Amino acid sequence: MSTIVTAMESTRDHTASAGYDVQRIRADFPILSRRVNGKPLVYLDNAATTQKPLAVMDAISRYYRQDNANIHRGVHELSVRATEAYEAARTRVQQFLGAARPEEIVFVRGATEGINLVAQSYGRPRLQQGDEVLITTMEHHSNIVPWQMVCEQTGARLRVVPISDAGEIDLDEYAALLGPRTRIVAVTHVSNALGTMNPVWAMIDLAHRQGAVVLVDGAQAVAHVSVDVAKLDCDFYVFSGHKIYGPTGVGVLYGRKELLDAMPPYQGGGDMIRSVSFEKTTYGDVPYKFEAGTPNISGGIGLAAALEYVQRIGLEAIAAWEHDLLAYATAALTAMPQVRIFGTAREKASVLSFVVEGVHPHDVGTILDREGIAVRAGHHCAQPVMQRFGVPATARASFGLYNTREEVDALVAAVRRVIEVFN
Amino acid sequence: MSDDLQDLYQEVILDHNKRPRNRGRLDHATCDAEGYNPLCGDHVHVYLQVEDGRVTDIRFEGSGCAISTASASMMTESVKGKTLEEAKELFRSFHAFVTRDKVETDLGNGLGKLEVFSGVCQYPARVKCATLAWHTVQAALENRTDNVSTE
Ligand SMILES: Cc1ncc(COP(=O)(O)O)c(C=O)c1O
Repeated sequence: MSTIVTAMESTRDHTASAGYDVQRIRADFPILSRRVNGKPLVYLDNAATTQKPLAVMDAISRYYRQDNANIHRGVHELSVRATEAYEAARTRVQQFLGAARPEEIVFVRGATEGINLVAQSYGRPRLQQGDEVLITTMEHHSNIVPWQMVCEQTGARLRVVPISDAGEIDLDEYAALLGPRTRIVAVTHVSNALGTMNPVWAMIDLAHRQGAVVLVDGAQAVAHVSVDVAKLDCDFYVFSGHKIYGPTGVGVLYGRKELLDAMPPYQGGGDMIRSVSFEKTTYGDVPYKFEAGTPNISGGIGLAAALEYVQRIGLEAIAAWEHDLLAYATAALTAMPQVRIFGTAREKASVLSFVVEGVHPHDVGTILDREGIAVRAGHHCAQPVMQRFGVPATARASFGLYNTREEVDALVAAVRRVIEVFN
Repeated sequence: MSDDLQDLYQEVILDHNKRPRNRGRLDHATCDAEGYNPLCGDHVHVYLQVEDGRVTDIRFEGSGCAISTASASMMTESVKGKTLEEAKELFRSFHAFVTRDKVETDLGNGLGKLEVFSGVCQYPARVKCATLAWHTVQAALENRTDNVSTE
């Protein structure tokens, strides 16, 4: 395969990311200095969830220590302050995604809830028998199951774009599957199982020509590549806070205002209404009509701190740094004849999925864990990807902004140990 | 290999993983069951031939990690020839053994070769791998009792 090319790229990018002070960044993440099984923690499970910097923990703690109150409903000082902080978080997300207006940012629990919201509030009222929803083979279960559910409810048909042996979407095949019956395209920006970065701008353009709307699942993208929803011209974009150094339990749905305006609420309750009587309830404006109940206020505030943290380092710098790590690790594992890598797309981010010949990924995971190295072993909630490549599971290392080449060396040494144990 | 890694991946386990015993389908099985660990995708299918309340033959198919494959292989060896009561008793002691608190040490008595799984209790994430085949054989035997009672 492309060993030589990868090695060359790796040298180029290593020089490109000179000036990136990774030790200073690491100092912002207290958990990185702990030991696991007697070894320094090497955290390479960033695609599952990322660690949190002090800035995020401090923002959450400060909120609870100084400003905690419910939002949008109090005249008292703390409620005003909490509301301001929460709405400032929304504006931070808007700016982070390049959205035109803050109302286009809906706070949800995570990518999963964002996709379900769109499937049920946008898809369900519109989809009819014979309509089509188009997804790809490399989707996470959370971008498959909500569409299966709405297809079952409406009689629409779910269609699936195939992927190549490298784990890439062929745009011609994609275009051939798009048709006048395609109403919704849902595609991941970056694959959590393969690392493939999809050409979403081209996919969106092609879908729009057929009159379909596009949801992009950005769960694995936002921490690794700079996203501009206006430039992408996408209709919906979702991501989870916890995969971009923010807290769990909070995420974002971006939706184009005209689309959100036309959609019915997802859940009913407080905070999403204009007026309620037993005869008739009128709903509030976007985004509030999608935010029933007291939201995850501290989560939103923590997420804003995480985005600010990432933006301060800069996504360009982060992407260059991680690209170097990925290329370095890919070259090292590719050089081992017993290792097979899954996902060799030209454009990739963060994720290195592999199997060691004759060794089940769980055993790889356990042996790595003994060395203090955290990776994921399993199907990565992407069973169709596993089926596509004919394996039950893979081991997956995924890199974040705080990882180092030394940690990649530790990973490679531990994989050697796996081969020794199972010779 | 570090010591507790050696405890987990003992030679016998690695050997059964590489060359599982009693692997394959059993045509003429009198009962069978499938076990699945949705968390990790391990899958095992156990076939038994039971005659006069005794397991006369047993085989398994499936895919899984070294611990689950070796455990299935050694389970078939231990259960073969046992009465149903003995097989159930063995399951109970094995289960107690791999889920025990580290401090208790005497529980393994009587498990013989199966004591190679002693390291598993230090790896809570792997206990399910070691017990999957055992839960499955239990299920197969219980089904059989059901069949018998309805006949
Ligand atoms: C590509 C992708 N989409 C969606 C999700 C779901 O994210 P969450 O569980 O935070 O809702 C994940 C999480 O692993 C993912 O990797």
